[in-house]
Amino acid sequence: MTLNAFLFQVLNGLSAASGLFLIAAGLSLIFGVTRIVNLAHGSLYMLGTYIAYSFATKIGGVTGFWGGIIATALIVGLIGALIEIVLLRRIYRAPELFQLLATFALVLVINDAALWLWGPADLLGPRAPGFRGAIEILGRRLPSYDLFLIVIGPLVLLALHLTLARTRFGRLIRAATQDREMVGALGVNQAVLFTSVFALGALLAGLGGALQIAREPANLATDLIALGDAFVVVVVGGMGSIPGAYLAAVIIAEVKALCVGIGVVDFGFITINFSKFTLVAEFLVMAIVLIARPYGLLGKAQGAVRSIAEPEEPLRPATPMLKLLGATVLVLLVCLPLLAQSTYFGSPYLLVLGIDVLIAIIFAASLHFIMGPGGMHSFGHAAYFGLGAYGAALLVKWLGLPFGAALVAAPLLALCGALLFGWFAVRLSGVYLAMLTLAFAQIVWAAVFQWEGFTGGSNGVIGVWPPPPFDKTWVYFLLTLALAAIAVLALRRFLFAPFGYAMRAGRDSPLRAEAIGIDVKRVHWLGFAIAGLVCGIAGGLFAFAKGSISPETIHINRSIDGLVMVLLGGVQTLTGPIVGASVFAVLQDTVMRQTEYWRALMGAIILVLVLAFPQGIVGAFAALWRKVGGRT
Amino acid sequence: MNDAMLKVESLSAWYGAARILYDLSFEVGRGEVVALMGRNGAGKSTTMRAIMGMIGQRQGTVTFSGEDISRLEPYQIARRGLGFTPEDRRIFSDLTVMENLDIGRQPARQFPDGAPAPSWTPERLFALFPNLAEMPHRPGGRMSGGEQQMLTVARTLMGNPLLVLLDEPSEGVAPLIVEQMANTIIELKKEGLSILLSEQNIHFAELVSDRVYVLEKGQIQWQGTMAQLSGSPEIQRTYLTV
Repeated sequence: MTLNAFLFQVLNGLSAASGLFLIAAGLSLIFGVTRIVNLAHGSLYMLGTYIAYSFATKIGGVTGFWGGIIATALIVGLIGALIEIVLLRRIYRAPELFQLLATFALVLVINDAALWLWGPADLLGPRAPGFRGAIEILGRRLPSYDLFLIVIGPLVLLALHLTLARTRFGRLIRAATQDREMVGALGVNQAVLFTSVFALGALLAGLGGALQIAREPANLATDLIALGDAFVVVVVGGMGSIPGAYLAAVIIAEVKALCVGIGVVDFGFITINFSKFTLVAEFLVMAIVLIARPYGLLGKAQGAVRSIAEPEEPLRPATPMLKLLGATVLVLLVCLPLLAQSTYFGSPYLLVLGIDVLIAIIFAASLHFIMGPGGMHSFGHAAYFGLGAYGAALLVKWLGLPFGAALVAAPLLALCGALLFGWFAVRLSGVYLAMLTLAFAQIVWAAVFQWEGFTGGSNGVIGVWPPPPFDKTWVYFLLTLALAAIAVLALRRFLFAPFGYAMRAGRDSPLRAEAIGIDVKRVHWLGFAIAGLVCGIAGGLFAFAKGSISPETIHINRSIDGLVMVLLGGVQTLTGPIVGASVFAVLQDTVMRQTEYWRALMGAIILVLVLAFPQGIVGAFAALWRKVGGRT
Repeated sequence: MNDAMLKVESLSAWYGAARILYDLSFEVGRGEVVALMGRNGAGKSTTMRAIMGMIGQRQGTVTFSGEDISRLEPYQIARRGLGFTPEDRRIFSDLTVMENLDIGRQPARQFPDGAPAPSWTPERLFALFPNLAEMPHRPGGRMSGGEQQMLTVARTLMGNPLLVLLDEPSEGVAPLIVEQMANTIIELKKEGLSILLSEQNIHFAELVSDRVYVLEKGQIQWQGTMAQLSGSPEIQRTYLTV
């Protein structure tokens, strides 16, 4: 690559950085003040692209385009304010992760709303009036609109900086980011402050999206992609640091642009296609930054956030009643194959659904193990599921390993992955830990996706069927049931062993736990590894149940599904993940077949559950039980 | 005392399943400095947080200048002229002294009888706390404990309160600052402010307080004038000395 070509790619990167910065800045502001990790932020960005498209095409001309962009930003800001007032305000006192679930439900609802309003096709907006041409720079032609974008980023950075530094609103934001309760005790109405910050963040996302229409088409997949990008930028730059967000946006956009620019390089002994690295580049950058600087480039160690949620109830050993209930359910499940054959309401599909539910239970229980008792919120649990699934499938495909051996190897591979990634992850906490786990999962996903020769790329691995007698659905169901029961009981056993006490002690008070001689990091690392191992069982079972696997197995959607299952059931109860996984898997299977707009329906169901059961389903029943029956 | 500024009736509070306060009843008159005394863990800070509405699980009635504030949000309570300076100061460490003061700013207000309440500006506060005047642009995080203690009081005064809940102002600061704090409280009392002070240090309380309530295990065990408490080493031994 010549120097000119290199500089040209640098300019390209800078124009992409502006878009990244706009969305990340809003996410960072919202998180700082409200402590809500707004998963719907990418959806607001996507709405920006669609609304601006409509203005630009329906009204057209200079007014439609430039006026439309401003109007879009304001409209999206208003939508943000509405979301805060109608939904989030009701759940500020709920556990942090519950707020995540609510914003994820919004992702689903907004995506289907966009599908309904604008249809499934990509929509490319007109070129920007006044910036239609290109400018010759370094012997190449750069669209003048890109130059405009290069300028916009720093301008917004400056405006935000002045707002934060010079206005009372800005001072309130900075104060509330540090200690919102104290701000309230000084007479500031937090509700108004939160709404306006949320609106401002949404406005920035909407503006970022609207500005893209002249460059890229509006697309229904934008929401999760933009969300992922924004998270990476915020975490790399340091939560709450606006200049950090810009710096990170530039670094990531530049690394991506250069990967494209470098293209295929022949090192003589090996040929590497760098453009393939664009999928994983940002996550590699994030992993490296978080390992070297745990709070991001310009971030500061966060003081302990004063939780306004009620303290967690301690875990209690199973009552005789619960044991009886568990045994009954188990017996009923063993009888399920008979039921499936009965003439009245039996159907072969029942067992397939049963296998799906059981695999979901193992997956959710293993995630719950580190999230609830461990306090480590993994956003990348799909990695260990995928390692198990791909491990089993590839061992069968390439080495011809027998079924049993592959099923044993699956969790061991997942264990190796969890040991490696967990070693880094347990050094962080909170959102940073969540993001590092996400980064690792995305790296695994990208590796699988890109390494076509070995993993089959996007086609995946097909024809991985279990041998007789496990090819019969009912036998495979019983095998899955046995493994699920063993996994769930084993995880439970761990929690009531001294190891489990140490893990919970490390969650509740790392300093005090270390002071009494517990090596908190080591205990949490072990917990992480155990969760990975158990998750690998689910992955192996999944591969043989489906007969084929694709990179979807490791996709971020699966990690989010796991979070939803755990949160739906309730984080601080042991039966929670079981109920949550069952409800989620059944809902997904039944609701999905009912309607084209299954996402919206799913989102609506989650929202109702969130508002009606802010402690999760099992948590709500447990609270009801205590009220009615008193403490037993 | 019919013109009680703050009247607390059977106030109880819980953290989770643990009950911290048991039916506390007490009052602070207009222009009075009342000390809430007791050992560590007696419930002094919890009482103040419960009055400010900062504890979700609470019961009982709190009346402030004639109005029931028991169910209000903290910001609404602050806007009625009840100021709070927490024990751990909670200065905004990223903000400068001037910016910290600005966060606390509220409009001037009046007492229920129409008399104007003392009204504060940064200039007046700098006169009250000369140390702060030397560092208006220093970030809160780079100040000493004593300076932060002054700033937290000054920040609360910016809201022009009628009554201030002062949680352990003498804790963890140098003796010279403790003396300065005592003078400040006397000064504020002269201005007509009422103060509810939580304190473990009897020598500090003696300098400034009119009356005393002694807390132990979340209950009021003794009440009387400061002079009575000073004259009774036995009560001090039972409830206060460590």
